[in-house]
Parts: sequence; C-alpha cells; structure tokens
Amino acid sequence: MACAVSTEFELDAAWRLAPQVQLRPERFGALLYHFGTRQLSFLKSPALRAVVSSLAAQPSARAACRAADVPDAELPSYRRALATLAAAQMICRREAA
Amino acid sequence: MTAAPVSTGALPLVEQFSYGLAAPICLTWELTYACNLSCVHCLSSSGRRDPRELSTAECQAVIDELQRMQVFYVNIGGGEPTVRPDFWDLLDYATGHDVGVKFSTNGVKITPGIARRLAGHDYVDVQISLDGATAEVNDAVRGPGSYAVALRAMQRLADAGFAGFKISVVMTRHNVGQLDELQVLADRFGAQLRLTRLRPSGRGADVWDQLHLTAGQQRQLYDWLVAHGSSVLTGDSFFHLSGYGAALPGLNLCGAGRVVCLIDPVGDVYACPFAIHPSFLAGNVRDPGGFAQVWQESELFAGLRRPQSGGACESCAAYGACRGGCMAAKFFTGLPLDGPDPECVRGHGEHALAAADPAAAPRPVGDHSHRTRRGPVPLTLGTRPSERSQPPVSACNVDPLAGFAPPGR
Repeated sequence: MACAVSTEFELDAAWRLAPQVQLRPERFGALLYHFGTRQLSFLKSPALRAVVSSLAAQPSARAACRAADVPDAELPSYRRALATLAAAQMICRREAA
Repeated sequence: MTAAPVSTGALPLVEQFSYGLAAPICLTWELTYACNLSCVHCLSSSGRRDPRELSTAECQAVIDELQRMQVFYVNIGGGEPTVRPDFWDLLDYATGHDVGVKFSTNGVKITPGIARRLAGHDYVDVQISLDGATAEVNDAVRGPGSYAVALRAMQRLADAGFAGFKISVVMTRHNVGQLDELQVLADRFGAQLRLTRLRPSGRGADVWDQLHLTAGQQRQLYDWLVAHGSSVLTGDSFFHLSGYGAALPGLNLCGAGRVVCLIDPVGDVYACPFAIHPSFLAGNVRDPGGFAQVWQESELFAGLRRPQSGGACESCAAYGACRGGCMAAKFFTGLPLDGPDPECVRGHGEHALAAADPAAAPRPVGDHSHRTRRGPVPLTLGTRPSERSQPPVSACNVDPLAGFAPPGR
C-alpha cells in the first residue's frame, strides 16, 4: 500500500498544505491536524517539518527538499513520507487546491 | 484519535511523547460540575455547580489561548456541559477560533432543533454517554430514565443527519457481556462505539470494587477489541491490556501531563481527567501566565516528562507493552505509582491490592455530588428557645408584645 502510493507521488509537482490543515511545530518535528477529516499526523523530524512548511513557497516538492538540505540519498524516504501525507489529504497539489 | 506517524526514521513516537509536547493533543475541559444525573461512577463527583466556575468571558479567554497554542480540539465534558446556558455559544466561539469540539453529554438537552444545529457544524463531534445496551443495565449505573433520554438524543441526532456521532460506554462487569448488542445499537444509529475504562476516580472510587472487570472479562474485552480493530474508539484507555499480547490501536502510553491534561470547571489544571486530586494539580488557568504557562512550566508536568521508573514492573516481560498501566487507577487504589496497575493482566495488581491497606488509599477530592439522599431524613422536634425561657402567655393572646417584660421593671 505505502509503496503503491509512493510511486504515484510527483516530486516535481507543486504542493502545499491542504486548506483545512494546520501545522504545529514540536521538538521532535511537528503535528499536523486536518480539521475536516479530524486526523492527526506526526512529522517525525525537524527536517521533514522544514520540507512540509516550505512546500507552498517552493516550485516543487523536490525543491523543498533541496532547500531543507535533504541529501539525495534520503530523497526516497522523504518521497514516501510526502506520499503518506498526500494520501491522508494533509498536503495537496497546488493547482488542485 | 487516529494517528498516522510519518517517519523519516527517528525515535519511536511513544518515546518522543513521553517527554511532553508544546501543547496537549488531548485536552479534556470540564465546563461545569452541575449535572442532572448522579452516575455512581462519575469521575469528577459531579452534581452541583461550583460558584467559582469560569465565566463566559473566562472560557472565551481560555479558547483564545488554546487557539494560540494550536490545540486543535478539546474534549468537553462535565458534569453535564449542556446545562450551562452559554454552552452553545461557547461551542460556536471555539469552532470559530480553530478549536474543534468533541463534547460528552447524557443527551438531556439534545432537542430536535439542537440536533439539526449540531449536524450543520463541521467541527463538532458529539458523544452520548450510555453504560449499557439495555435500560436495566444502564440505569443501574446512570440513574432511572437515563437510558430513555440517551436513546431519544441518539434518535434525534440520527434524524437530523448527524452521521458518526459516538456512543461512549464505560466498561463494567455488567455491560461487558453486551458488547455485541452495543455494536448493534451503534450501527442502528449510524454511530461509532467508544469504550473506556472504569477508573476508581471521583465517585468511581466507591463502586470500583463492585463494577470493575474481572480477570476473565478483561480478556474477553481485549479479544473483542482486537477483533474490532480501529473501528471502535477507546481513547487509548485500555493500554494496560496490551500485556496480553498484540498492542491495541493507539499510542499505548499514559499521556498524563505529556499529551493529556484536564481543565476543571473552576480552571484548575490536572495531569489527567481521572486524577482530580492535589497530588496531580499543576496550576490554574486564572494564574498569571494562564494555561500555557501551567502546561509548559509547572513542576508537576516537568516531573511527569522526565524518564519514569517502572519500579517493580521493570523486570516483567509485558512492561514494554503495558508501561505499568494507569497512574490514576494505581493512585486511588492505594498502589505505588511505580508498580503494577490494579488490573494488571499478569495478576500482579491483585497481589498488590491484597497487600495494600484500602483505608490508606488517597480519597478523591472536590465532591460536588447532589446532597439528596435516599431514605428517611432525620429530624429533631423541639420547641423554640424563647418558648422555653419565657412563661407561656394565654393561648389567644396574639399581641406582638405578648410576654414582653421591659428590663428594669
């Protein structure tokens, strides 16, 4: 399931936090809450928080990862994390928003 | 709460959470001690309103602070929160300030009109309390007529199109055999079942011995929960049962002061809703610095966020799963906090209880129970002191000065 989702996540597309979602910074990373689905998600590292926070300001998810100094070798795991967030409607494509 | 951890490979979340969060995830806020019912197991010994309860303006100030802290939702309870005349306005105020509300009610104020209003709310969830699938079992705990009131409220919510409200059940010796019937009831109303643990808190301390699950019933509940998975909510209350084997859905840790806390009707902040006692009082929202300072800086919470000792439990193979169980359950049964839960699935709690002195167990404080008592009211008949100290006047003398003797004559 997670793999099927991750292959569909477009790292080169423009993304953003979904409209009904808020991000709360935490020491371990961050907490995301979707007021519509009433779901919580936990971002388990400050680096992932930095990526998610900057999605809206970056032309692509890949650029957001680069801006947060994510090494290329770790891109696949960030892609998986972002795919999970997209599947939970925490983040969405910018043109779709 | 459904929690989907998104990982890039750090510490397990449970360990992260045990060190505390910037703000609670699961905040219980009891708005009043007033209640139309007198449930025998009430965790806050509710009944009568407390004159010191937070005013509407003070409640709004708390909501403003929760918004600043990004507390995304609160679990509102009581007492019966809907008997506060400002309840529906506070509900609108909270949801208008990015604080979603899930409130618990016995259903007494859910009119058809209110049900329609609630159904139109995006950020409101309702929990109807019901402690049995039949009136007989429910009313023995929650009082005569309470089953009928709860079912009327559920029907009104369903009729108004409120999908997925919760039916909240405290598990007892007498309703654990009704799990399947409760599920049928929930399905009938398009509702979701929420099962929670009976704690020896509040008036629950007085009935815990008679109502808490037997060892066999605990196993029955665990198997039922495992079979039903995350379709049944538990508020993470049965993590002590994870000692049986597979962990139940949820965080499986005691969140007291770490991810959970209670604001009581007078603004006192306790480590958890089941721990209304000075030992777990962290501060008051009326203190300078408000709730944020209590959450972030209270010594009590700082202590709970330091690594805890498993004490006698540390050598047990199940400790990693059950984490020693519920702090409040231990406290109010007189057991040490670093030992087994009184309902330890390995039986260590039973032994500890047998060795403990029940009279030495701390008593819940802050009793707001109704003063009504069953049975005869004792009266002493007597005469007024003035009648005893003065000579009787004639029976027909109604002069207000009758019997009056001015001094000095």
